[in-house]
Amino acid sequence: MSHDHDHDNELDPFAARVRALETILTEKGLIDPAAIDVIVDTYEIKVGPRNGARVVAKAWVDAEFAAWLKRDATAAIASLSYTGRQGEHMQAVFNTEETHNLVVCTLCSCYPWSVLGLPPVWYKAPPYRSRAVIDPRGVLEEFGLTLPAATKIRVWDSTAELRYLVVPMRPEGTEGWSEERLAELVTRDAMIGTGLAKEPA
Amino acid sequence: MNGPHDLGGQMGFGPVAPERDEPYFHAAWERRALGVTLTAGAMGAWNIDESRHARESLHPADYYASSYYQIWIKALEVLLKRHGFVSERDLEAGKAADPAATPKRVLKAENVPAALAKGGPCDRPVATPARFKAGDLVRTKTFHPTGHTRLPRYARGKQGTIDAVRDGFVFPDSNAHGRGENPQWVYTVVFDGAEIWGEGADPTLTVSIDAWESYLEPA
Repeated sequence: MSHDHDHDNELDPFAARVRALETILTEKGLIDPAAIDVIVDTYEIKVGPRNGARVVAKAWVDAEFAAWLKRDATAAIASLSYTGRQGEHMQAVFNTEETHNLVVCTLCSCYPWSVLGLPPVWYKAPPYRSRAVIDPRGVLEEFGLTLPAATKIRVWDSTAELRYLVVPMRPEGTEGWSEERLAELVTRDAMIGTGLAKEPA
Repeated sequence: MNGPHDLGGQMGFGPVAPERDEPYFHAAWERRALGVTLTAGAMGAWNIDESRHARESLHPADYYASSYYQIWIKALEVLLKRHGFVSERDLEAGKAADPAATPKRVLKAENVPAALAKGGPCDRPVATPARFKAGDLVRTKTFHPTGHTRLPRYARGKQGTIDAVRDGFVFPDSNAHGRGENPQWVYTVVFDGAEIWGEGADPTLTVSIDAWESYLEPA
């Protein structure tokens, strides 16, 4: 790595490498650094699992929306204005008493950005990607989730351009709750399948 | 290719390490890495399949020693050099030393929201009707292409059931190599855990992949 030069010695070598690349591309007029700021702002502040939580909460209270989400998740989710990059082709999968769904991308890091934001590090890392398909129960244990032995597990490996959103089961004791209040129970992990919706406090 | 990225069923990587209240970025440079990757991609010189293939083509030792943003940047350097935007001299100097190819477009800050909202849909019309329907028994191909493919090794040569007929989608195996989009039908194919993992498989497990039509034969 001959370009790990030392004039950025306040930075670690990889930070210097990224900075050099940004500098080169900016000097050549190939990228606009201000565009990077907007991208970062979008995914650090605006787009995140709160989007997906709103989708799930709406599906819990609105049977018609839930049916639409099952049939055409891309359109149903777009109706809440969550669209765009890495959410172009959405599929919602619903947990039931019988079956628990778990989503992985064994080949890279495919993830539904439009509803969950950027993926966590563990989702992109080899331990999860290697084991979710062969030992999902072991993986779930590492998230503190023990499923009943009889529960069927369906693992969805996102090998194409469909992006999966798990719709967890609605917790008991939430009858009459508003969508806003219900959305607070829907965690990112519940929508990947590595968790369940939170129980009401 | 049978690359380091094809991780399903591999062993020895240890437990998953979920991080409580994980931040989106673990260092300031990761923010720039995300942005540089997306803005460089927006030049339109390569497609998502070529960029995935560049990442999986890193040497396995390098791939496994790198964080995901590091993988992105290392692959991005390869793509930028391949397409004439950046030279080895530029990288050595840490600044622009050589002229660059002309990009199709440069993503300006004011156009970012629209570009992100539009995304990059990969569905395409397919001239022929879908060969399979939900419920059909199929077998995945056994093959070991040296180029890009999205049929993971653990799911090759396995019998499964068509769970759903999806849409026509760009075929990554050709698109990654500049050989055209050649759209095909994509199917969700579901396998019993035991069909894939055999002895000792979790009896409650089913695994599905999304498979392009040419990955499948009638079973």
